[in-house]
Amino acid sequence: MDDLSDDQTLVAALRAGDEQAFAWLVQRFDASLRRTARTFVPSQAVADEVVQETWLGVIRGLDRFEGRSSLKTWIFQILINTARTRGVREHRSIPFSSFFAGDGDARGGAAGDGPRYEGAFPESRFRGPDDPWPGHWATPPTPWQPDEQFDRKATLELVREAIQHLPPAQRTVLSLRDIDGWTSVEVCALLEISAANQRVLLHRARAAVRAHLEPSRTEVVA
Amino acid sequence: MSGVAETPPPDLPCRELVEVVTDYLDGAMTAEQVARVDHHLAICAGCAEVLAQWRTVIAVTGELREADVGAATPAVQRSLVAAFRAAHPPAGG
Repeated sequence: MDDLSDDQTLVAALRAGDEQAFAWLVQRFDASLRRTARTFVPSQAVADEVVQETWLGVIRGLDRFEGRSSLKTWIFQILINTARTRGVREHRSIPFSSFFAGDGDARGGAAGDGPRYEGAFPESRFRGPDDPWPGHWATPPTPWQPDEQFDRKATLELVREAIQHLPPAQRTVLSLRDIDGWTSVEVCALLEISAANQRVLLHRARAAVRAHLEPSRTEVVA
Repeated sequence: MSGVAETPPPDLPCRELVEVVTDYLDGAMTAEQVARVDHHLAICAGCAEVLAQWRTVIAVTGELREADVGAATPAVQRSLVAAFRAAHPPAGG
């Protein structure tokens, strides 16, 4: 079989009706599509339907794929459009136009980002304005125990929990960047957001995961 | 008390440094900004710890990729392949 990781080869195979190539494509992206869909819709069941519709959209649209974006980005664009349509149909008021909008401020302010961001660490952890070193640590972070000491399953459960509680835009960006390993450029192209806004969303999401892991990581493990 | 035991660079407080860790790791900083962060990290154990924690968070989050497989069931796969076959019959077949 030809190298299917090359878009041109893959698209040519698909257009020629190569079922193995299509099965490979489904294998390659289905889990990631389901995960991403889940960041837009309220349940895994709806997410699965959105992914199903996305694949049908891919099948229908193959002959129109022009290669202006990568095949991956094109497929995920279909996913987002499908999720958006679905959201409208279910009267779920995701303001998609402003979903990912934001100004890239480090603290507070970015639209589509849920509750006001209070910083990666509480203000009380830093020295006040009257201190000789304002803004430096008053209470520096307690070093974490080495990662090897922790039970994998328990750690991943904590990470999942933290992700579930993220505002949607942060969840989407974290999911694509840190779970699916997308580059910053790919995420910005897909979501049509600025690099600065993308990093703000990612940073806040990571800060929330960090905070959620912290209590377990600073206990001394017997 | 890290961050104050020695002399932290007054132009980059820890409170600001912890908000640019993702920019730093993404290579989204000017050489001058990187130098300021590097200088701070070299003398501030607290902020060096934050960077280490950020790396741990990224690594453990990445493990969900393998853990949460949940790909299409064989039945769903088959129905998708059937839909594909109907729309794109094998060439020359």
